[in-house]
Amino acid sequence: MPIEKMRVRRRDVWRNFKGSLILVLCVTGIFIALLSLAALLFDAFREGLPWLNIQFLTSFASRRPEQAGILAAFFGSIWVVLLTATISFPLGVGAALYLEEYAPQNLLTSFIRLNISNLAGVPSIVYGILGLALFVEALAFGRSVLSGALTLSLLILPVIIIVSQEAIRSVPTADREGAYALGATRWQVTRDIVIPQAFPGMLTGTILALSRAIGEAAPMIAIAALVYIPFTPSGPLDRFTVLPIQIFNWVNQPQSEFRGLAAAGIIVLLAMLLSINSLAIFIRNRYQKRGR
Amino acid sequence: MDKEKIDIRSLNVWFGKKHVIKDVNMKIRPNAVTAVMGPSGCGKTTLIKAINRLNELIKISRTTGEIFIDKQNVYGKEIDVFELRRQVGMVFQKPNPFPKSIYENVAFGPKLHKMANDKELDAIVEKSLRGGALWDEVKDRLKDDAFSLSGGQQQRLCIARALAVEPDIILMDEPCSALDPAATAEIETLIRELRQRYTVIVVTHNLQQAARISDFTAFMYVGKLVEYGLTKNLFEKPENELVEQYITGKFG
Repeated sequence: MPIEKMRVRRRDVWRNFKGSLILVLCVTGIFIALLSLAALLFDAFREGLPWLNIQFLTSFASRRPEQAGILAAFFGSIWVVLLTATISFPLGVGAALYLEEYAPQNLLTSFIRLNISNLAGVPSIVYGILGLALFVEALAFGRSVLSGALTLSLLILPVIIIVSQEAIRSVPTADREGAYALGATRWQVTRDIVIPQAFPGMLTGTILALSRAIGEAAPMIAIAALVYIPFTPSGPLDRFTVLPIQIFNWVNQPQSEFRGLAAAGIIVLLAMLLSINSLAIFIRNRYQKRGR
Repeated sequence: MDKEKIDIRSLNVWFGKKHVIKDVNMKIRPNAVTAVMGPSGCGKTTLIKAINRLNELIKISRTTGEIFIDKQNVYGKEIDVFELRRQVGMVFQKPNPFPKSIYENVAFGPKLHKMANDKELDAIVEKSLRGGALWDEVKDRLKDDAFSLSGGQQQRLCIARALAVEPDIILMDEPCSALDPAATAEIETLIRELRQRYTVIVVTHNLQQAARISDFTAFMYVGKLVEYGLTKNLFEKPENELVEQYITGKFG
């Protein structure tokens, strides 16, 4: 019996050790993530804050650092993100509704599902080149806000579809069954039961996807090119630039002052991302109060 | 039984390769409560869902045979399945109110079928909630969320919701199995009242409940209708040995 007891105890020690090891690894992971975020923020604010003023926010780009500003890129980004939302949200939600509520369960549907997941993993520059060939050249929209928004829409569509599918799947089957039992048609069930319940999830997912799109530099450089834009877009067919392009541009300048400008641009971009993410969290909390 | 509301003839249902309902023939009386009893998995729920064709929501299901409601075959080509489901209401095992207000839950059906304008809708909602024996408890809080109600109230709301589209027949799939004894008693009283105006079919595997609330009882076993008749007769002198064993608690 004493041998038996000792064996048990040794295993307990090993188990406890494994437990603490995992804990240490997890905490280290969080620590590294937070630390790099803090370092990034600290660096951006240290370099950028001196440059962040009204003049910076209300001027166009310039060869002279003290006169350069972010106006064109800021409004360009807002234009692109709004247009992207308008295009991608209905398309993505529509595709998700079709796949979840209407599509027959066959090989073709599984093939489509699989490839949507694959599309979500395609590097963004590939979408940039596709957009350049398709929207800028073939459809002759030029290097316009519209081309940029269409390209970003393609980029985030897979994510929106996947997130929306998840939201649709989380609608209880019992609710659908209840509506069918009252004599509802498939469209009525979709419209009155599925969409209202899945909507917050769809919207949150789309907003988060948009916040990713707003930070994309590679495909936007392919579409909009690194050129000087001394105006804000006034329509979807105008030329444009966006924050990531402007930041990229400044980082590439030889004078060290432009690094400060780039950092100030990063602060503006981060502020934009944070407001968008807060909006998503706000929407989620607002609708999630309804528990069952 | 000469006068029947529902006439089920050689009904067979498969889910994939699984034969769930095996050649069931059954005539159901109007304005009576018919209980469908039997051990779990014997096909009770599938049988009643064949009446409002709700089995069709499961893509692998296949149904043969005929079910006549007022002499009309619900599996006939000319049948509008959505209209059929309006005429045959259903209440489920677990209360499933929609995540909407109490009012909107009851008004949901009438709105789907465009049965009323706004004023008439108020009247329909009140009438249905009275029918579901819920009106007095909720008349001052119609705008409240349906989930703020207790389990028993939610189930009565689901009954009111089914009544709102003016069905003739009400199917109930173990309506009390998720409820406490007090709520169960309320629902049972309500079922007895509903009998006066509707044809009610209740699935249950609670023997006492079947005895208390039903006029007729059907006993099913592995997809077959084993015995069917007046509840009193079935409980007092069952003809089939299986039924006797079930009633006396030898299996279940």
